Amino acid sequence: MTTLAAATPSPLAAWIARNGPVLAIFAVIFALWEAAVRALNVPDYILPSPSVIVAKIVVSWQLLLVNAFVTFEEILLGFALSVLVAIPLAVAVVYSRIFERAAFPFMVSLQTIPKVALAPILVMWLGYGIMPKVMVAFLISFFPIVINAVIGMRSAEKEMIYLVQSMGASELTTFLKIRLPKALPSIFGGLKVGMGQAVVGATVGEFIAAERGLGYLQLISQVRLDTPLLFAAVVVLSLLGVLLFNAVAVIERIALPWSRLATDVAE
Amino acid sequence: MTRAGVPIAISGVTKRYNTARGGEVHALAEIDLAIAPGEFLSIVGPSGCGKSTLLMLIAGLIPASSGNIAVGGSRVKGAVGNVAVVFQRDVLLDWRTVLANVLLPVEIKKLDPATHRRKARELLRSVGLADFEDKYPAELSGGMRQRVAICRALVQDPGLLLMDEPFGALDALTREQMNLDLQRMWLRDRNTVLFITHSIEEAVLLSDRVVVMSSRPGRIADVVANDLPRPRGAHTRSEPRFVEHVERIRRHFLALGVLSET
Repeated sequence: MTTLAAATPSPLAAWIARNGPVLAIFAVIFALWEAAVRALNVPDYILPSPSVIVAKIVVSWQLLLVNAFVTFEEILLGFALSVLVAIPLAVAVVYSRIFERAAFPFMVSLQTIPKVALAPILVMWLGYGIMPKVMVAFLISFFPIVINAVIGMRSAEKEMIYLVQSMGASELTTFLKIRLPKALPSIFGGLKVGMGQAVVGATVGEFIAAERGLGYLQLISQVRLDTPLLFAAVVVLSLLGVLLFNAVAVIERIALPWSRLATDVAE
Repeated sequence: MTRAGVPIAISGVTKRYNTARGGEVHALAEIDLAIAPGEFLSIVGPSGCGKSTLLMLIAGLIPASSGNIAVGGSRVKGAVGNVAVVFQRDVLLDWRTVLANVLLPVEIKKLDPATHRRKARELLRSVGLADFEDKYPAELSGGMRQRVAICRALVQDPGLLLMDEPFGALDALTREQMNLDLQRMWLRDRNTVLFITHSIEEAVLLSDRVVVMSSRPGRIADVVANDLPRPRGAHTRSEPRFVEHVERIRRHFLALGVLSET
């Protein structure tokens, strides 16, 4: 087909062409869900239909927003703390033998501890405020970031290092011109995983002990058998996660225009 | 701009490596070699004969176990200013455009940006990449990438160009073209070139002298002087003296057991 529209697709048409199949799958699932709940007369406290959930979101938007903001804050603080600790630590692992031999294996072995299990201890130490949630988010998002950063910084080929050394580059120049830019795709990979983990961490932290936040709202809804609100909180939490993940992805795309190019060609 | 090639003097150079298991590898045994300013010298030899090690030693990237290397009259201790290296892998930086890749040594050595930018563009034009300066390496073919790597080496006006199997990863046709391009650039600049290759024909086509190395430990088995007139090209390959040189080197490989006719 060589219609004019196909030759110069509008951004909207291109977006629909790309995301259409996924949207269609979601539409079918929600339609089936809605139909099944209505046909079988399932009570709301067991499984609310999508339309009931949407109505609940519309009615309780203020409640959801206030609590979403709390969770959002915990996620961002935990994630930011992870980045601030993980990146310098990765540099230390790459450049220092002691860190490489001692700290890195130690961190990798720590990774096997289920961080969620530490949440009650953190609550005991840090109280009911925002801090224990930030710490759980930090602990759980920290490892993918540091490990990916280390892998990335080690990924520069030997010849690449030799090349700049033959030009008389200092260690700092080698880091800034080679190791760091070479590591960025891997670092962003770690950031994306870490961001998803931070969402999990903050929510779990709220499950343990909280007075605010989406996780807390879920607990309260569960106790009150307010299943539509429980689902509404899940929807908002998912949207929050998707939003934060895509924020990292957008920054990556802007910062590394060459990266997508390299993988596109490789594929 | 200095266009003159620099001389290299290698005397009694040996290199031993310690392996991870605590053993020792004798990579190079007592190498003596003098390379004249502006000479094009190739080294051929079997894998593991230490020819890449020798190149790394001359570039000052690894230290010799004993002996002395002088480039341009001064002893090599660490990276040398007037030397450029080209590897088999082009090692272009994916995150930089073609032009920015060529300008990498200019940034690191803090050379004048304006004049070298002009020179970089000239070099890219001379290898047919004028329209590609804003492209990223991922958008180029293997031959184009290696051309960029060579431009990156030449932009610094090196008195000595060290090339470690620079065309080893290219297809045969591209390789022949690259040989001719390299010859043209060398005839223009007359820098000293140390060229490592597995291809006997390539070595003979390009060089003033070809050094044949044997392995374990690496030592010089023969030096073949070659004064065939330049510019050399496809016609050179059929000349009796070209064939003679190639045969002489090939006989060494047969004697070393690198090549076997049975």
